[in-house]
Amino acid sequence: MSALRPHFSLAGLGLGARMALPAFPGFIMFALAFGTAAAQKGLSLGEAMGLSAFVYAGASQMVGLEIWQQVWSPATILTIVTVTAVVNARMILLGATLQPWLRHEPKARAALNLFLITEAGWIIGTRYQNEGGRDVGVLLGAGLTLYVVWFLSTLGGYFVGALVPEPRRFGLDLVMPIFFAVMLVPLWKGARPALPWLVAGLVALLVHAFVPGYLFIIAGALAGVAAGMLIE
Amino acid sequence: MNGFDASIAGPWGAVIAIAGMAAVTYLCRIAGVVVMSRVRITPRIERGLRALPGSIIMATILPVIVDSGIAAVLAIGATIVTMVLARVDLVALAIGLGALSLLRALGL
Repeated sequence: MSALRPHFSLAGLGLGARMALPAFPGFIMFALAFGTAAAQKGLSLGEAMGLSAFVYAGASQMVGLEIWQQVWSPATILTIVTVTAVVNARMILLGATLQPWLRHEPKARAALNLFLITEAGWIIGTRYQNEGGRDVGVLLGAGLTLYVVWFLSTLGGYFVGALVPEPRRFGLDLVMPIFFAVMLVPLWKGARPALPWLVAGLVALLVHAFVPGYLFIIAGALAGVAAGMLIE
Repeated sequence: MNGFDASIAGPWGAVIAIAGMAAVTYLCRIAGVVVMSRVRITPRIERGLRALPGSIIMATILPVIVDSGIAAVLAIGATIVTMVLARVDLVALAIGLGALSLLRALGL
């Protein structure tokens, strides 16, 4: 089943879909949380689904909700696009490690595969590669499956968020920070690797206190990256 | 206000925002593959990018939590403690939301 050369097969699509199963709970929960938070923020169903369908990057969608406007201006558009770029810059690493695998793929299929790349899909693909697999169909199968799960769960979350009466009473107005706090725990690899997080948080608090708008997200995240580069 | 600004302020604003977000996100997704065939990602750059997810979370939620008051601070604490102990996302999320609604009901 595994060959040394990268190739593509329909059987791989099915295998990828099955390998994506363990990632379902995390995807469903994240998309439910996003859909709920989007409804809370007053996004229309089309806007919430548009974000999940075209941006398809949970962390940036969540952060984007913090910046979302009812009435847009060139400045606020620029802010949300910049914040999105900063949040998703980590995907550069994912793509870089996949390059040898995708090098010989037809351009269109590689483009689709990359559009569907997420951390979870990347982990599935990387594990499969480490076990000797080279079928690019596995990556695409996992990517397509997770995309559908993401889209449908956003839809479900949106209706939960839109239908619950008195959402504040259930704490739903703060579902974004609480969900992010949940996600922070598995990222913990000891105090030293977390030092940049502390820098990021402190810089964000400072900028937030003195500069209006959402610059604090960009400033904090970039300060964290800088700290990460400086700490050996 | 010129025509461009007016259409951004109107119904096209959200469409442009989503399109812009989608475009830069796709650029990030393909950049690794495109860049790798030309330059090397140094260990230093890699360390910086590895620090990014946690940094984004801290930079986004810390100011929001501080602004939201003591109930939010305590609820986030309960969420993190639960997640550390139970390691189940859903349980931690439920405890966090439950703690927040309870604390608010108590008037905090």
